[in-house]
Amino acid sequence: MDAITVRNLTKRYAATLAVDDISFSLPRGQVLGLLGGNGAGKTTTISMLLGLLVPSAGTVTVLGHDMAKDRFAALAKMNFSSPYISLPARLSVQENLTVYGHLYGVPRLKRRIAELAEQFNLTALLKRPAGELSAGQKTRVALAKSLINEPDLLLLDEPTASLDPDTGDFMRTALERYRAEKHAAILIASHNMPEVERLCDNVLMMKAGKIVDSGPPEDLISRYGRDNMEQVFLDIARNGATPA
Amino acid sequence: MPRRIWAMLYRHFALYRRSWPRLLEIAYWPTLNLLIWGFTATYISHMRLGPVSASAALIFGVLLWEVALRGQMSVTISFLEEVWSRNLGHIFISPLRPTELVISLLAVSIVRTIIGLLPATIIAYALYQQNIFALGPALLLFFVNLMVMGWWIALGVVALLFRYGAGAEALAWTIAFGITPIACVYYPVTSLPLWLQPAAQALPASHIFAGMRAALFTHAFDAPDLLYGTLLNVIWMIAGGLVFAAQFRAARSRGALISMGE
Repeated sequence: MDAITVRNLTKRYAATLAVDDISFSLPRGQVLGLLGGNGAGKTTTISMLLGLLVPSAGTVTVLGHDMAKDRFAALAKMNFSSPYISLPARLSVQENLTVYGHLYGVPRLKRRIAELAEQFNLTALLKRPAGELSAGQKTRVALAKSLINEPDLLLLDEPTASLDPDTGDFMRTALERYRAEKHAAILIASHNMPEVERLCDNVLMMKAGKIVDSGPPEDLISRYGRDNMEQVFLDIARNGATPA
Repeated sequence: MPRRIWAMLYRHFALYRRSWPRLLEIAYWPTLNLLIWGFTATYISHMRLGPVSASAALIFGVLLWEVALRGQMSVTISFLEEVWSRNLGHIFISPLRPTELVISLLAVSIVRTIIGLLPATIIAYALYQQNIFALGPALLLFFVNLMVMGWWIALGVVALLFRYGAGAEALAWTIAFGITPIACVYYPVTSLPLWLQPAAQALPASHIFAGMRAALFTHAFDAPDLLYGTLLNVIWMIAGGLVFAAQFRAARSRGALISMGE
């Protein structure tokens, strides 16, 4: 069973077609990159995967659950992190993790929080209000929150945006470790192409709501006759999906 | 210099131009105060109430109406806390169901209302010798009904937040106060102009406060008014729940949950 199966997914806002009849799947244990320029439809797609947004057409099946009929069963087994949404600033890190631990019904919650605190170097920060943390610390807390329920599927929107290279590498290593240990599926929307090359088994290139190309990063680099994904991204953004 | 001043004026006018709740708020409080105290003055001038009874009716009215106001504001502020902290996205992608969210907001409002009203209740007794518990067991009925009234107003406000986003935030602070003139907190329904009386009769509060005045002035239990008020609350609560659910569904369809949560 795939972690995500998307069939003919479409989202239309009045005259605007934000996502245009896309289909893809993400097998368990794999990492899929969702790439594209601003307005390509990545956030809309992720929102539909999370059940935050109702599709105009098409189906989304997550971990065997149809998101139109049974989204809460799927939501309990998945999680999401984005620098564009925050945790309550006045609650401490521990209080925030406790809230989300309860929301996801995490057993032995104190032990789980201690594990995550150790894994993400948060032990000294547990009593600090989330709003007083640096950008890097906040991102570590957000990732800890997104792993609180040991999700089978993790969705990440720009997981390392605005992080220094050291913290960014720390986060990518943590994601690689989590994927290996739990055989979890990860979907990443990112503009960081070296990150995509390092983490992703496959990528979907989106433009104007459509998937214009897809495949493993090394295949795309080879097909477009380029040296890296940054160049492939620029080719597709400027010239469309026209491999060399 | 005039151009810079105009720039700042424009900054505020541009905001008001796009948000009718903000515009409404400008004339809101003076109009409300005039209506409430105008009707109260009319009532008092026509009644021959002793100073003790009049004082008790006003103070108990203030305290009990605060139950509805705090009940409503506690729910909407707890919801807005998630909007202000940009946490809604996390909440709505968790397994928390909308009904569970509503129940948690209502539970928080009970705690906040009791904590909020405790000092005022003590002060009413210490400074004005008015003990609200003298109303007897009926007080519990008044409290529950007014709390429920605050809840269905709050569900309507949250539904408007789903519909209009944070631009409707001002409604959280103003909408229940806006109902005050026709809630008949300090005067009976008959003090209102005839054309306004049906609106007042449709609100549970007008019946609850009629019950309060009956308990206070005649020591009678006004069963018909209290029953009617309770039935109205049930109807309004169902309506509030349906409006909330409909606007939540519409917000998921429009993508409003994403923009509210970010």
